[in-house]
Parts: sequence; structure tokens; C-alpha cells
Amino acid sequence: MKDALKTPEYTEAHCKNVLKGFVLPGLPHPLLKPDGRPAWKKLRQAYDRVAKEVEALNPDLILIYSTYWASILGHQIQALPNPSWTLVDDEWHDLGSIPYEFSTDVEFAKAYNQANIERGLKSRLTAYEGFPIDTGSVVCLKLLDPNNKFKSCIVSSNIYSDRAEQIILGKGAKDALQRTNRKAVVISISSLSNRYSIVEPEKCEDAISSKKDEEWNQKFIEFLEKGRLEDVSQLSRQFHREARVTKKVVNYKPFWWLASVMGETNAYEGEVYEYQPVQGTGAALIGLTPTAQPAPDLEFDEDNVEVFQGDRNVLAGDQEESGDGFGRDEEPLQ
Amino acid sequence: MSTKGKIVAGCMAPHPPHLVYGENPPQNEPKSECGWETLRWAYERLRDSLKEIDYDVLLVHSPHWRTQIGTHFLGYPEFKSLSVDPIFPHLFRFHYDLKVDVDLARSIHDRAKEKGMIVKMMENPDFRIDYGTITALQMTRPEWDKPIIGISSVGRSAYFSMDVMQEEMIKLGEATREAIEASGKKVVLLASHSLSHRHFITEPEIPEDMSQEHIYHHGQYLWDMKMIDLMKKGDVQTIFDVMTDFTEQTISECDGGGLMWMLSAMGMPTTPAKIHGYGTVIGTGNVVAEWRGQ
Repeated sequence: MKDALKTPEYTEAHCKNVLKGFVLPGLPHPLLKPDGRPAWKKLRQAYDRVAKEVEALNPDLILIYSTYWASILGHQIQALPNPSWTLVDDEWHDLGSIPYEFSTDVEFAKAYNQANIERGLKSRLTAYEGFPIDTGSVVCLKLLDPNNKFKSCIVSSNIYSDRAEQIILGKGAKDALQRTNRKAVVISISSLSNRYSIVEPEKCEDAISSKKDEEWNQKFIEFLEKGRLEDVSQLSRQFHREARVTKKVVNYKPFWWLASVMGETNAYEGEVYEYQPVQGTGAALIGLTPTAQPAPDLEFDEDNVEVFQGDRNVLAGDQEESGDGFGRDEEPLQ
Repeated sequence: MSTKGKIVAGCMAPHPPHLVYGENPPQNEPKSECGWETLRWAYERLRDSLKEIDYDVLLVHSPHWRTQIGTHFLGYPEFKSLSVDPIFPHLFRFHYDLKVDVDLARSIHDRAKEKGMIVKMMENPDFRIDYGTITALQMTRPEWDKPIIGISSVGRSAYFSMDVMQEEMIKLGEATREAIEASGKKVVLLASHSLSHRHFITEPEIPEDMSQEHIYHHGQYLWDMKMIDLMKKGDVQTIFDVMTDFTEQTISECDGGGLMWMLSAMGMPTTPAKIHGYGTVIGTGNVVAEWRGQ
């Protein structure tokens, strides 16, 4: 770990309201059974280091995009002022229960929802007692902010949304941060490869479940260590095909959102706190601090988008009837 | 127990939370004016039909308790809490209070394990029951006076293929049947899921506005009718044969395995199913169907 807390250096490409961005894992093992495996222990220690950094950054807001919160009717934003419950994970119930109480930044949640709607997204607030906050968000907030010192806001991951929609969801967050003048730590909660080892947990080796997944995880980690967030963002489709197991989730989106809200550039100082397997999946803790020194090897090739008007199938070149997803009218086929 | 236990009925019991919302039971916080009557009346007919038979336990297989590392079983005697649908929290916030037949659940678990399946008992008292389990139970037996068993849906279809899922559900069904027979109990099985599952991604301002409710796509309607026709003919073998194609073409919720598990547990019945009704919920196709045990 690099010891000194990095001071962000902003360029025109960055969102100056973001103090630092993180990619964090969401399985409950480091929270509930850190001593269960050496790998879980290392993840917990890394989480503890990130928690200290967050405390030192002293953000107004911890803003979370969680791939563990799936939505289908547009995008949902947690807006209950003090959600509390005792969470038990569907899969990992034997590891224990997680009582929680968080403090939501409701003013920000409303601003985020409004910004999304203005940019053409279907977006709504979710404020119900007992609403099932996802395991990833609960694990993250319990580990990063155990004393509930900071306000948070959690946004769902719409399983059908593709890149254009996800980029807009990030820009909506950026709009809301600017309008509410919040200084935020922004977090994408996701595993890297998500292929479980299909064996009983007690028989599972501490290893990534496939060598191909391991290679892709390492490729992403290498890029992120160099701060190449936008490159990773633009490799998301490939990563989804190679290292993700999901039939109904359209694509791998956490880096699209993160790059969009932080700034679509490679100008970051990257830090890999830890990378370990959990039941065969890739769990990494990665930090990205805005810097004026961009990483080399730019590979940008996808368009930017400001208002959501539908998806464009970039790889196949298809165009939607209502336009190409980037505000241009469809051109007739020749 | 000396008497051989028996599966007395197996039912397709779809779980859109809209049905509970439309029904307005006191346990559900949101209230509606009406809605989805064709399916709610289908459930009424199912309830009337089940009144004709005596049974001890309701056994539910739900795709909204999704596990990846094997099949899990509710293994704690009682659960009382609030279930909130993560997608439709404005429609479903249900206060439940239920009892579990842990002995029978464990027996199915043990037999499945003997067959080489990865299984686990869920023994955490803080566990929250999913809305797929609750909706199927509420619509089938709103009295909540029978013990239940909840079985998770293992994600084999996404991780491998529907064919792998089918193999696993056949095994789970066999383990279920053997455990029930050994228990001496009379059991009703509920496969809690839709048929076709392409759906709209927006909803009307008034959720129960039935002028907006229809099947998402004619192609999936044709597939649903094909499957229902096979049920009515008692042609379970063909249902299994076309299951992979059906699921792929209609993004069917059969990928959770409930129907395959249930038909396997019932010994692949050749008798026709009684179709109590068919209807759509935000574009998905849902049938309430019943097979009587032989």
C-alpha cells in the first residue's frame, strides 16, 4: 500500500466533486468471517485500510453503485433517511446476520433522481421501511463506515441497461454532486470475475475458478493500477463476455458508471489494495485518485453521450428506430 | 410413521406480487382498487379444488431465493417478518408469519445429498423469506395454517445450461418424492413461477390499470399456449423435451427449475393438468395449473 493520502489533482475531464473512487467487492466473507480463510483476512485488512482513507478524506457523501442491487423498472435510488434491518444473505446465511442502520443523504438522492429524469432516464426514489438493501452495499458501508459517520446514497444496477444508459446514470450523479455541492467518495461494488466454484465452501480452494477469469482479472488490475479507468471502462463488454456469468444482465457496467461520474479519462493514480478469490470469484479493492498526469496507451474509441435516447449496438452497428442513442436521427439505409 | 406419504397435488403457482396487491389481504401494506382478476380468479379455483383434498404440508420451490452453491432448504421452525419486493416495493410489503416442517425439509436435504447434490439447510432465524415463496403460498392457502417447506432455486441454467438444470431438478424431484413417501405425510407441491417472462420495463401510473396489461409479445404467447396445451394433454415428456427451447425463446422463468422439479417429484404424470387460468402480469405469461397425485 502506498502510505500517503493522495491529494486529487483535477483536469477539465474530472468531476471536481469526487475526492476518490473505489471498486470494492460485496460478498460478506470479509465482514462476517475474516478469519475463515487467509484470503478473506487479506480482504478485510484491505477494507480496513480503505476505511481509514475514507475517514481521512472526510467526504460529505459516500455514493454507491451496487451491482448487487438489481432493478428492472428503470433506476432506483435509496431515499429512506435511516434504513435499518438485519440482513441475512440468500447464499451465505450460515456466515451470520448483519444488523445495520445507515444515514441516507435524502437531499442528494432527490437531486440525483431529478438529474436522471432530466437526462432521459427512468428513475425513481425508493423509501420504504424494510426495503431489502443489497448485501454488497451493506457489507461495504459496514466495513467502510462502521460508526455511521458519513451520509450515503445507493443507486441500483438496472440489469437491462447498456453502456449509453449507464454513462448517463454516471452523468446524472455528477450533475447531482455539482448541484448539491457535495464532496464525495464514489464506489462501484462488484466482483471482477463472478464465476463461483461450484463445490461446498469447505472444499473450495482459495483460487479463481477458471484460468481465463484469472487472466482477465489480472489484465483489469494491471490497467487500474496504472490509473487507466477509461480503458477499463471501454473493455467492459469484452470482460463481460470473457469473465462474467450472467444470462440476464446485459453487460458489465460498474466501470462505465464509475468512469462517467469521476470523469472519462485515464488520468488517475491507481492503487490495488488487495485481490483475492472468494469461492472462486475475483474480489479486488482498487482506489483511483484524480491526477493531472494521465496514463499512456489511450485506447478510447467509444462515443460520449449526454442524453439518453436509447442504446446503440456499438459492435454490430445497429441503430434504434428512435435514433442511434447519441441524439442523432436514424439515417436511412442505403 | 407406517403409512406411506404422498404428493396429493402439484401446482403451477406463479408469484407476481401484483396478485397479492390486487387481492388486498390485510398483511400487505399497499392497497389496490382491483387488478389481474383472470389470475386471481384462477387462484380462487385452485383454492376451491384443493379444498377437496386433505394435506399436511405445502412445499414451495421459488426462483427468487436464488442460490449458486447448491440447493438450500428452509431449516428453522418459524419465520415472522416483513417481506418487501425489491422491484415492486410499492406493491408488496407483506407481513408474514409461517411455520416450517423442518423434519421433512431435512429429509429431502439428506436424500438429495445421498444422490450427490450440493445442498444446505438454512438455519439462520433472521433470514427473510422471498416474495416468490410468500406470494405462491398466500394465493394458494391464505389461511397460513399449514406448515411449509421452502426450497431455493440453484442457478445451474445460468452457469451451465437448461439441460444441466433439468438433470439436477430431476434428481431433486426424486429426492423430494422419496422423502415425502418416507414421511407418511400428504404434501402439495408449488412450482412458483411464470411461463414466458419477457416483460415491460415501465408500468402505468396506476399499476392496476388493466387497459395497459397484455402479453409482451405474440411469439411468447404462442409458446405459452403450446406449453399449456401439452399440460392439458398430460404430455409431460414433451414438456421436458421442449423446455430448453421454450426457456430460451421466451426468457421463461422455468429456468429456475420449479416445474421440472415438481413433475419429476410427481413421477412424470401422464394425466392431464387442470388449467385454472392464464393471465399476464406486466407482459409475462402465467398459468395456474394443477396435477393431482396418482
